[in-house]
Amino acid sequence: VGQCVRPACRAGGAETPAPTAAPTMPATCSACGSSPAALRRPKTGHALCRACFLAAFEEETHRAIVAGRLFRPGETVAIGASGGKDSTVLAHLLQLLDQRHGYGLHLLLLSVDEGITGYRDASLAAVRRHQRRSGLPLHVVSYRQLYGWSMDRIARHLGPRNNCTFCGVFRRQALDRGALLMGADKIATGHNADDVAETVLMNFLRGDVGRLRRGAGAGPAGGEGAVPRCKPLRHAYEKEIVLYAYFQGLDYFSTECVYAPQAYRGYARALLKDLEAARPSAVADLGHSGERLSLRPDLRLPARGTCQRCGYVASQPLCKACVLLEGLDRGLPKLGIGKYRRLRDKLRDGQPLTQEERRRLGAPAEGEPSEEQEPRGEPGTDEEPWGRRELRVPRDLDF
Amino acid sequence: GCAGRGRARHVGEGSAAAMCQAQEEYGGCDQPQRRPRVSCAQKCMKCKEASPVLVIRVGDAFCKACFREYFVHKFRAMLGKNRAIYPGEKVLLALSGGPASSSMLRQVQEGLSRETAKKLRFIPGIIYVDEGAVCGQSLAEREETLLQMETILQASGFPYHLAHLEEVFDLPSSILQRAPHSPAGPENSYKEAVEGFICQQRREEGGSPSLPERRIQEKLAELSMREAPGTEGLAAPGARLLGAVRTEQLVQLFGSVKTLTAKEELLQTLRNHLILHTARAQGYSKVMMGDSCTRLAVKLLTNLSLGRGASLAVDTGFSDDRHGDVVVVRPMREYSAKEIAFYNHLFGVPTVFTPALDTKALEKASIHRVIERFLFGLQAEFPSTVSTVYRTGEKLSTAPGDADPATGAAEPQHCLLCLCALDTNVEDGSALQAILVSEQLSQQRLPAASPAGRGCCPGAEEQRGCCMNTTAPGADARADFLPLLCYGCRLTIKDTTCLESLPLYVRSEAERRKCRAAMKLEIQEFLLEDEAVNPGES
Repeated sequence: VGQCVRPACRAGGAETPAPTAAPTMPATCSACGSSPAALRRPKTGHALCRACFLAAFEEETHRAIVAGRLFRPGETVAIGASGGKDSTVLAHLLQLLDQRHGYGLHLLLLSVDEGITGYRDASLAAVRRHQRRSGLPLHVVSYRQLYGWSMDRIARHLGPRNNCTFCGVFRRQALDRGALLMGADKIATGHNADDVAETVLMNFLRGDVGRLRRGAGAGPAGGEGAVPRCKPLRHAYEKEIVLYAYFQGLDYFSTECVYAPQAYRGYARALLKDLEAARPSAVADLGHSGERLSLRPDLRLPARGTCQRCGYVASQPLCKACVLLEGLDRGLPKLGIGKYRRLRDKLRDGQPLTQEERRRLGAPAEGEPSEEQEPRGEPGTDEEPWGRRELRVPRDLDF
Repeated sequence: GCAGRGRARHVGEGSAAAMCQAQEEYGGCDQPQRRPRVSCAQKCMKCKEASPVLVIRVGDAFCKACFREYFVHKFRAMLGKNRAIYPGEKVLLALSGGPASSSMLRQVQEGLSRETAKKLRFIPGIIYVDEGAVCGQSLAEREETLLQMETILQASGFPYHLAHLEEVFDLPSSILQRAPHSPAGPENSYKEAVEGFICQQRREEGGSPSLPERRIQEKLAELSMREAPGTEGLAAPGARLLGAVRTEQLVQLFGSVKTLTAKEELLQTLRNHLILHTARAQGYSKVMMGDSCTRLAVKLLTNLSLGRGASLAVDTGFSDDRHGDVVVVRPMREYSAKEIAFYNHLFGVPTVFTPALDTKALEKASIHRVIERFLFGLQAEFPSTVSTVYRTGEKLSTAPGDADPATGAAEPQHCLLCLCALDTNVEDGSALQAILVSEQLSQQRLPAASPAGRGCCPGAEEQRGCCMNTTAPGADARADFLPLLCYGCRLTIKDTTCLESLPLYVRSEAERRKCRAAMKLEIQEFLLEDEAVNPGES
């Protein structure tokens, strides 16, 4: 039983249009042809029974992992576990497929505590439940430990917008540092096809050619951070992930982050919903588009270097996290947001800023009480494994 | 006073600060910049004398004369900068009756009528395509529209061609083949060509009308005797029967397309083929399309959502040379829709409204509709959205075409319908591969795990349904057809239920390519030529 040599077949042209269910008669699963269908899968529109859907979903993830050469035997993989549906399904699947197909991996759960009351503590509880059920080792890193700032505290200083900028930048580093601490070779995150599609749209809307070049998240294992990452679920539709979790009886935490409604990604997400309604394959189509974009060769794009302060990957002299933290620590939280090159230069040169400039950078108004310090543990202990000094050595400012 | 007139905010050109023109920065979204108020006491920012009548960009107030100069200059600069149009070249203007293409026509008129030194130097013709049959218009309505259009066309003084979309059924299949690119200006450089032209003009001066005008008169004389390809116009009694048959065929074709998105795409494809055919038949080497900056931003996002990421550069760039001999240019691409609307209003550019496919359609009926609505909504909140999207599009280039591993020839490397390079080679770990796997796993289970096998291939019970059997109807015709298409066109065809209703030229070219590929496969082992053929060749 070999592959047909006709070019038509190899290009995979043939498929029958998805059968539509008759209104009165329940549809039959189109994969096994015997059981009554329990769902219609969003990705292709076919009606499937529970068993066939679960099997198909698992097999597709397995094929994506194999075809994308995401893992090597013997690797230690840290799974970014937020307690939400994507990472819960990812952790479940990786453990299952590793056993079933013998990937030969050591799996760990890595969780990030951003310090968002009411959101993160509830989702961390879900992670701990998962950990107890699965038996995988779990480690939690927190922003408070790493940076001295929790998201709640940042939001108090910054206001309702731009929080996602801080959170995203900080989380990326947090995952890397946590993975290094645990001795992981790779980080696996639960980004799904909808995330990829939204990112393609967003990068276009914001003119971010740098990210577009990197495949808009569509490419396989990326080596941008300290630890290589991969997204095994990047071709899975968000709704199918939910369907899988539902039919598999997985438990996860499903409330949206309190700061998310203001994020720019919300626009892309709403757009994707409408696109999917107009054409269900739009999610995958955007992924395909993102993979096939090609940029003009004469563009000037940022080069990869290291941060002078903390040694992390950066395209500027200071990494984004250090810039953001500098702003926060000086009481000028907007320093890292938007283009304030001139003001940053002023700071670097030691010149004082005018009241108006300080206000633009988000300094608190006159008369506000000074912020109470975040409680910190002893450096070197479980609460402060690195100690703040190790991360951020004070040096000459050079933005 | 000035409060009521022309206070439109230009759609955010120039001011990149408000939104996230994020290069390497995670430029978060600042508070929307407060627009500087333009008071009536302000003078035109250019001449500093006259009173402004409108505001462009953020706070740039122009008086009427300065605006006109700005507008006209932009057109000429666009042509000059790209050096795309050689003197004496025949250029076909694609007029839809809409504001952008009407404005483009006016710019061409203005440009050709100037003093010798600054004159535009090409020979224009106009084409208008009547799509009323597809858009649900009655014959009477179409006649009405055509009458209005002819008024404009005749007033222009240029030779014009009225085409009906029905004529696609009589197109030759050579339309779908890339013709070898013939440079318009022969061996000379652009500068030499211009200088040569000016010298030639000076020689012919003295009493007789200058060369381009004489040519236009000749063309008009020709036109009155010319027969339109296909039908001779709906009014001619003899052709009415043929016309009715074709109209019926067209309606049936579009009726067999299930989604509005696919209809829009098919309409664009057919329209482009018709325009190309007219250009080739009448000796035009360039076609000018009236896509504005706003329209292109919408098109960029739309095509992204349609899986056409690989061909964004040709679909939206200044020049589009996919057909080889006829090059499509878009000189209006840096004008926003608002600028065009104001110019047309201030300077009396006539337009004709024709309902489109999606007129009165629901909000979310098609991808095109969804994107347009989204972009305009976002633009209202972030004033530089449209221009950012446009600028991002400018940073793209043509993706290198995939070499087809099966045949190795350059021929099947371009999409049958849109002539863009195929982007459908299945790379490991790609989205396309994932889709194929999903579809395969969701259907009848196959014996063993053969990755690309379908019901036809791994020796199923009989040859029924196998693509070997070319006379099998239905899904197999589709199976042969889809591999000839790029990703985006595949989606359009998947939404078309009856492939038989496609025009003959499409089907016969598909057949030809299929046979040729089969032929090559048979003799593959005996061929000595290099497999890795240059994808640019045809």
